[in-house]
Amino acid sequence: MGGLEKKKYERGSATNYITRNRARKKLQLSLPDFRRLCILKGIYPHEPKHKKKVNKGSTAARTFYLLKDIKFLLHEPIVNKFREYKVFVRKLRKAYGKSEWSTVDRLKDNKPSYKLDHIVKERYPTFVDALRDLDDALSMCFLFSTFPRSGKCHVQTIQLCRRLAVEFLNYVIASRSLRKVFLSIKGIYYQAEVLGQPVTWITPYAFAHDHPTDVDYRVMATFTEFYTTLLGFVNFRLYQSLNLLYPPKIDGQADVELKPAEGKEYAMDSESYLEKLSALSASLARAVAPTHEDEVEMDEFPVEGETAEQLDARKKEQEALEKHKKLFEGLRFFLNREVPREPLAFIIRCFGGQVSWDKSLCIGATYDVSDPSITHQIVDRPRVERQVVGRYYLQPQWVFDSVNAKLCLPVADYFPGVLLPPHLSPFVTEQEGDYVPPEKLKLLAMQRGENPDEESEEEEEEEEEEEEDDNDKEEEEEEDESEKEEEMKLKKLEEQKTQSSKALPVKVTAGKVRLEDKQRLEQEQQSEEKRLAIMMMKKREKYLYKKIMFGKKRKVREANKLAAKRKAHDTAVKEEKKKSKKARRA
Amino acid sequence: MVLEVPGVSACPSATQPPGKRSSGVPGPGVRLLKTASPAFPSHHFPPLQDIRNTVGNIPMEWYQDFPHIGYNLDGKKIYKPIRNKDELDMFLEKMENPDYWRTVQDKMTGADIKLTDEQVDLVHRLQKGQFGDVHFDPYEPAVDFFTHEVMIHPVTNRPADKRSFIPSLIEKEKVSKLVHAIKMGWIKPRKPKDDTPTYYDLWAHEDPNSILGRHKMHVPAPKMKLPGHEESYNPPPEYLLSEEECLPTNARFIHERFERCLDLYLCPRQRKMRVNVDPEDLIPKLPKPRDLQPFPTTQALVYRGHTSLVRCLSVSPSGQWLVSGSDDCMVRFWEVCTARCMKTLPVGGVVKSVAWNPNPTICLVAICVEQSVLLVNPCLGDKLLYGATDQLLESYVAPEEERVQPVQWVTATMEEHSKGVRLVVQHSKAVKQVTWHGKGDYFASVVSDNSNMQVLIHQTSKRWSQNPFRKSKGLVQCVLFHPIRPYFFVATQRYVRVYNLLKQELTKKLMTNCKWVSSMAIHPGGDNIICGSYDSKLAWFDLDLSTRPYQLLRHHKKALRSVAFHKHYPLFASGSDDGTVIVCHGMVYNDLLQNPLLVPVKVLKGHVLTLDLGVLDVLFHPTQPWVFSSGADGTVRLYT
Repeated sequence: MGGLEKKKYERGSATNYITRNRARKKLQLSLPDFRRLCILKGIYPHEPKHKKKVNKGSTAARTFYLLKDIKFLLHEPIVNKFREYKVFVRKLRKAYGKSEWSTVDRLKDNKPSYKLDHIVKERYPTFVDALRDLDDALSMCFLFSTFPRSGKCHVQTIQLCRRLAVEFLNYVIASRSLRKVFLSIKGIYYQAEVLGQPVTWITPYAFAHDHPTDVDYRVMATFTEFYTTLLGFVNFRLYQSLNLLYPPKIDGQADVELKPAEGKEYAMDSESYLEKLSALSASLARAVAPTHEDEVEMDEFPVEGETAEQLDARKKEQEALEKHKKLFEGLRFFLNREVPREPLAFIIRCFGGQVSWDKSLCIGATYDVSDPSITHQIVDRPRVERQVVGRYYLQPQWVFDSVNAKLCLPVADYFPGVLLPPHLSPFVTEQEGDYVPPEKLKLLAMQRGENPDEESEEEEEEEEEEEEDDNDKEEEEEEDESEKEEEMKLKKLEEQKTQSSKALPVKVTAGKVRLEDKQRLEQEQQSEEKRLAIMMMKKREKYLYKKIMFGKKRKVREANKLAAKRKAHDTAVKEEKKKSKKARRA
Repeated sequence: MVLEVPGVSACPSATQPPGKRSSGVPGPGVRLLKTASPAFPSHHFPPLQDIRNTVGNIPMEWYQDFPHIGYNLDGKKIYKPIRNKDELDMFLEKMENPDYWRTVQDKMTGADIKLTDEQVDLVHRLQKGQFGDVHFDPYEPAVDFFTHEVMIHPVTNRPADKRSFIPSLIEKEKVSKLVHAIKMGWIKPRKPKDDTPTYYDLWAHEDPNSILGRHKMHVPAPKMKLPGHEESYNPPPEYLLSEEECLPTNARFIHERFERCLDLYLCPRQRKMRVNVDPEDLIPKLPKPRDLQPFPTTQALVYRGHTSLVRCLSVSPSGQWLVSGSDDCMVRFWEVCTARCMKTLPVGGVVKSVAWNPNPTICLVAICVEQSVLLVNPCLGDKLLYGATDQLLESYVAPEEERVQPVQWVTATMEEHSKGVRLVVQHSKAVKQVTWHGKGDYFASVVSDNSNMQVLIHQTSKRWSQNPFRKSKGLVQCVLFHPIRPYFFVATQRYVRVYNLLKQELTKKLMTNCKWVSSMAIHPGGDNIICGSYDSKLAWFDLDLSTRPYQLLRHHKKALRSVAFHKHYPLFASGSDDGTVIVCHGMVYNDLLQNPLLVPVKVLKGHVLTLDLGVLDVLFHPTQPWVFSSGADGTVRLYT
């Protein structure tokens, strides 16, 4: 026997992974610091394929990181900053303890700080990468910007989040890139298409949070630290792409308009600036004044292998998109004080509408309630006293539904006090076989340019009529059947004739001709063939096949369940209607 | 006139500072009071009496309900002056008393005090904001204590200290300490302010070369699931949930974000390849059953008569007659084409197995009943044929010396003879199965035993039996003769052993991969075997290929009871406890390189499940593509 004895766990996957504790020791960091580093650098654990091998034969539950990842962290300059900060805190504590105030001052002046720019660049080497990962950043910033300034996290962070969020909203308005909105039970979902990338974020409703105690705010704060940096750079770039000034400035004319007329100072200038910006009612100043010549018509470059149909479809899509962007163009909205101002103002402005609100509600109101040019007033009360002629009074859901439907929906369903139609999720694209709620079908028909309202009403009427005519129809059907029977008899007679022409001495008793549905027979045969073929499948393939089929069946089952539920609901509603009708008649 | 000027209302002294006014402690004010006291006109007290109150600086309301107002220096009570004036008296006094306006009440003693002219003056002056002292002149000419002109002579004649000429040691020490600290790097200069803007165009120079290699390995976190209709604040009615189900709401918003954060940095990420297969592609492409005809497709005849489970079937070599044995202790002979029961033979025991002699010139049926095998001449068909059989049996001449045999050969009694029984082979234990050799002279029987006596081979013409095995190799399930070669197959629970009868040795041992073999059948070509098992598998062996099954078919849902090959057509059938007979196309090619083609062609149903048993035996017609099946429901069925 020659050579050294091979030791276990010294090669292979065991050397590619490292446990969290060992990684921490290697980096000489405390657990919170290690956590911060992982969050900032975007390092996540890996699940080894053979856990027991990697775990050196033990089956204890451990988190594993890739050794390469940890080695990569070793070179991170921020690690040193973490250590410096630890030293700084120690010195400061000592100085406080000795009451050496000059030392305290000096130390505070030299407080170590770090920047995350290089990490952002490293994690998102291209701008598109950053845009793809913007969802979480936006959601977190919007959440933090609604926190009370009560010590859950630094006030500066909250202010910064608010600023960045408002800047982003302003960009979306300026670029008109909002596509979908959804009022969910959790919060409001928005989806915008930023430079071709769909960006979805969720904002909480403007209620006070009841801050849960089982949430580690330090983790969230670390994430927010990174996200604010990312969002700042993204905002800068986005503003640049539209030739807007960054940090954003309100357009000169609008600024003058926004100045309170009475000459009273509204607040500190620095504060009122953000307030004005977050009012979302004024357009932003551009670095280069926009000229109409800039809007050059796009040349068409037909892609190779693209048929004329595809080209047409693309063109049509483009047109639809342009139309969607100008959904509220020329409309003037007024928001009553009870409706949520920010989301509505944001959405309306995103689609080219003009919006205002009561002066006392928020800075930035541009016109008054009494303005005769207002076309839509958004109201959330059961009744409106003193209505002004020449404008629609609508519930807020109209705005959201119209945006999702890509057209201004008929207003009748949304008048104050009317029971609203259901609010559907725009994120659902039904595949074949999925359940499609009838409201969605209606909407799709409307988008195609049909007018489903009349049809459905007619249908309903027809249905009622049908119920009355049911008896007549049954009779007709019976007649049909009798006709068929007669035909059959004729056929039989013919057959008998042919048989008798052979002139056999045997007496043939008239048997019954079994009518065989050829199609059905064929179908049955095919299904049987399939069944037999399935019997011959290999075990593994059979398992996969069964799994797929089970999934399909479950989908169908779910769709059927929903459809049944809907049907039951509809019939219940109908009966109630009938009852009320009868009661009215009586 | 308002007389609430401090210092006046409480104490007549004008010079007393207001803070010390009511301290109640003798001080400078007291002396002044003493000197001034003779000037006060007093109604109630003698002028020299010291009436200072000693209660101190307290709210005098505390004494409201008492007759006294405090205590004097001697500790005697100071009584409140008697006041019996009513409103009218007050008014009258106001009208009549010319000094009313300069009368104030001393809160401490409750006495009325008339202010003197000086005091009134003082009040006036203070009200005007002037100095209290009449004689104080605020505009006195200023006197320079130190002249503004520089004097040529020093003020003092003291010579200057030495220390004013030499540098300070203390300062030096301090500076050197600082210098040392700077040298040692303990004190750092204030950092220059970073004046780069916080945000700039980070992606101004997108260099594809600077992208780290590890970035390609990066697995981006999956995005959050987008909400469906059911999460709408105003969903369609079908998505409304009942009370027991509930969705996360606004209250869980922070939780949800937090969990997302945890997912992002704590969850291991893995790229999962999703199988994107059309399920239709998974189904193997097989030749259509229609192209593989003929095979039995429909139930043609039902043979009724038995009252209990029909355990076994056998068909005559001509294909005209069918024999079935049942648990009702009957053996019935049927005509195949008409389903008519030609003959019934009560045997007085449960019939485990029947086997028609495969030799077309002999009309003999072996029947297993309990411990014996009956050889029965059914007397059906050609009279010459069955007459010849009888003659053949009677031509037996007993050998001179009796050999020791494991069984007893007994000629049937007259009564039995009239029923058709010719010979009885009596075993020591119950017989499970009987099977003929292809030539029709030998037959083998299986005894349910645990010893080496399980399998016996009998010769009809010589009426003697032998035990081929010296050792038991397990519980024998069934045995089978090779149709052409001198091979003998013995199926135990898990293995099928192939013996060469001529060489008397074990040729092969087939692993069935089943838990418990129930039945076995051999292809007429002799190279392929199928084994049915109680764990619902059917194993197809190619004897030339390997000792493991070429294919394991799991077509049945329950235990297989019997399997059968067709003599001419490439068909085989299996009957199972789930009440179905599955007919498969099993083409064996002469070319050794081509594997057999197995295609299930038909699932035949008909038998009713009784006692959880379905089909107990299947059997092919020797010439036609027909299949017989016997079931637990007491019927035999023919599918054509």
